[in-house]
Amino acid sequence: MALKGNLRDFTATQLFNLINLARKTGALTVTRDGASARMYFREGKLIHASMGSNGHLTDILLRAGKITPEQCRAVLSRAQVKTDKELGLLLMSSGYTSQEEILQAVREHMLSVVYQLFTWTEGEFRFDPNVQPPEDAITVRMDLENIILEGSRRMEELERLRDELPDLDNLALQFTQQPRSQLRRIHLTVEEWRVISYINPRNSLRQIARTCGLDDFQIRRIVYGLLNAGLVELVPVQREGQVPRPLPPRGVTVGREEPPLPPMPPPARPTRSLVRRIIDRILRL
Amino acid sequence: MQSVKVIITGPFNAGKTEFIRSISEIDVVSTERKITDATRAIKEETTVAMDFGRITVDKDLVLFLFGTPGQRRFDFMWEILSEGMLGFVVLVDSVRPETFREARSILDVFRNYAKVPYVVAANKQDLEDAWSPEDLRIALRVDRNVKVLPCVATHRESVKKVLLELLYTILEQAEEE
Repeated sequence: MALKGNLRDFTATQLFNLINLARKTGALTVTRDGASARMYFREGKLIHASMGSNGHLTDILLRAGKITPEQCRAVLSRAQVKTDKELGLLLMSSGYTSQEEILQAVREHMLSVVYQLFTWTEGEFRFDPNVQPPEDAITVRMDLENIILEGSRRMEELERLRDELPDLDNLALQFTQQPRSQLRRIHLTVEEWRVISYINPRNSLRQIARTCGLDDFQIRRIVYGLLNAGLVELVPVQREGQVPRPLPPRGVTVGREEPPLPPMPPPARPTRSLVRRIIDRILRL
Repeated sequence: MQSVKVIITGPFNAGKTEFIRSISEIDVVSTERKITDATRAIKEETTVAMDFGRITVDKDLVLFLFGTPGQRRFDFMWEILSEGMLGFVVLVDSVRPETFREARSILDVFRNYAKVPYVVAANKQDLEDAWSPEDLRIALRVDRNVKVLPCVATHRESVKKVLLELLYTILEQAEEE
């Protein structure tokens, strides 16, 4: 018999605790505002997780930077390859990636799905006992104890970040006008790079998050870090007129539940006076 | 405040970071490496260094210099970075012919992103074994009307000259007011 409820009443932490303590085997589905997460458990351990239609192996490996868009296209063009396991074998035999890298990317993807769930304060859930993932899915066994601990820590962090960055819809980013003199030792993750590339006073934090496939927690944490590093500053979103915006990166999947930013029109050609101003400045350096 | 950007691209270890560092008014350091962040449950993350420089032109205009990550597995960022660029510099390590093929490939990729002016900078010309800019032009099959310039990325005057040559090319193609 399925276990059903709403995260409003029974939180993700409690749900995972239950699955862990009762050593349950089955499938957990949680839906909220059209978004859907599905996780599989075996004897209380997480073995598979996906969010929406964003869990294909090639998407996961692309996002993790383990394969290139060209390599992705090359393997997908082989019509006989359909399942994740087959894709994984093909990627390994082609020398594009290793088994270890695939498992690491899948593990990180599973964690991102589960941690995202911790930030949901509501959502219908349903646990179907003894349902297992499809035969062709790549599974990785993970203990729930650490996940629960980390998820709880993130919930506390989320509360703090909500206080710091309460409004994702009306705030945008711009590069700091007066950068700190010491910007040494700045190292950015791939996700931070993506956010940086969409910095524009006309792109709200929410739009950037959707386009980069980040949830509220992730975008808040990244922006908070960039703010503290002195790289960016918050500004109100500038809404007038249609504006140029960066295109999503080629070959990188964007969040599928939300529409991405519209395509960018061709950039305007610079005027001569603008170029002359730059030349004059560089001559004076 | 208006901002414009120029992209500095080229193979891994071509000298992009030095190039930007030589001319930027802010400090930028970058190396690519693995880090361990003890505060996170995920034990290891790949990090990408940020080659990011800035030149304040006047109170209304800032020029940003973005260096592309040199390793091809991060090439998905190239297209993002190239959006809206005024032009780009392809930096080539003149003493490492084994990287010329890669430089040529990067040049082709960026030319396809946008039809904007570009120059090729033959870096490390202060080293004894450096290929000359003209030899590089042939090796990279660079068109005659594209500038291939000598460069020492650690010397500010040399970097200035490369940027100025790019800007002069941009100026020729720029629109009147």
